[in-house]
Amino acid sequence: MQVPILKQGHFVIASIQSALTDDDLLQLRDALVQQVGRYRSRGVIVDVTVLDVMDSFAVRTVRDIAHMTRLRGAETVIVGIQPDVAFAMVQLGLKLEGIACALDLEEGLAYLDQKTKNSARRGY
Amino acid sequence: MAKVKRPGVDEPDIVAGVGGAESSALLSELVAHLREQRTLLREEWARRITEAKLLTAMSKDEIFAEATSVYDNYVEALETGTFEALQAYARNLSERIIPRGVETHEVVGIVLLLRDVLARSLFGKYQRDFEKLNRILDAYEPAANRIANTVAVGFVQERERVIRQQQEAIRELSTPVLQVRERLLILPIIGVIDTQRARQLMEQLLRGIRTNRAKVVVIDITGVAAMDATVANHLVQTVEASRLLGAIVIVTGLSPEIAQTLVNIGVDLGKMNTVGDLQGGIEEAERLLGYKVAQLSEASPTA
Repeated sequence: MQVPILKQGHFVIASIQSALTDDDLLQLRDALVQQVGRYRSRGVIVDVTVLDVMDSFAVRTVRDIAHMTRLRGAETVIVGIQPDVAFAMVQLGLKLEGIACALDLEEGLAYLDQKTKNSARRGY
Repeated sequence: MAKVKRPGVDEPDIVAGVGGAESSALLSELVAHLREQRTLLREEWARRITEAKLLTAMSKDEIFAEATSVYDNYVEALETGTFEALQAYARNLSERIIPRGVETHEVVGIVLLLRDVLARSLFGKYQRDFEKLNRILDAYEPAANRIANTVAVGFVQERERVIRQQQEAIRELSTPVLQVRERLLILPIIGVIDTQRARQLMEQLLRGIRTNRAKVVVIDITGVAAMDATVANHLVQTVEASRLLGAIVIVTGLSPEIAQTLVNIGVDLGKMNTVGDLQGGIEEAERLLGYKVAQLSEASPTA
């Protein structure tokens, strides 16, 4: 299952639509890291609202995405982690240290807007 | 061997050790006797209950009324050898009398008294025929024991159910998640936190963050006297989980003892945002949310 990656201004949004296999996750990672460069994006949003399970591999991949895109010049925000998923993650010791999280897409966009306001001149 | 009067009844396990058919015949005889003597035995029983100062929470009439129905249920259980009806009755009875402060020893006491009263009456009736008395008791005792057991267990179970329910209610009451401003939640924690409550707190808070779309949460633990490593760890986890939902947690009101405990057990405080008291916590939260609270004029005494 391919994850659609949408371009929205200076940001790219990866909107996960269903449960993902490990291969899907790696594919998503590669695609995002590549597209950040192609679109010259300042921010990446990974929407995980539909995931009701996040295992260690998924968390690690998300962390990798954040670190890799940061090296390519874009800040990553994870949005839409479900309360139960958050609960399970901390119980299992799966951390997303140093990676921004937001409640939903709207919040994530607001965060990135805020974050890039000072450092980048906005315009298309 | 006596003829079996009610062929439909077969309950071998209550009459173990005695021939099934014979003992059910004996039980029938026994039941017939108890029915015949109902009024007398019932009064005797109620008298003994009052005498033993049991069920002091109930009036004499109530005791008599309950005694009557317990008696009838008891005899019925003896007769049919099935305990479902008695069990249901015991549960129902417990439901009614537990709120009135009836103790376990009283319930066990009255059932044992009834057992005693009935056994005495059987002694009286069969004392001339020792053989028969023996056989009657063989049939009666196991059944009576099981009845006493059923009633006592029913009572204790009902009591435990009530206690569980109350614990649940206390838990629910004691962990409110309150919204004080748009996107600002307060979670005042009062009392003892154990692992289960800490877990429940976290779940409730996460749900609260989601429904209220909170950005900042102030957890106030002024009312928490002590905290051990496990609970401290839960607190750290709560902070972390809230962050995953995009909310910042501010912990306020750490007592000197708790501060010492946290430092001694080496909790990583780097991730924890702490402010001295609730007021400071709310002010900090307002700052984070971009609120500015300004006083419009000096408060004047109300005319």
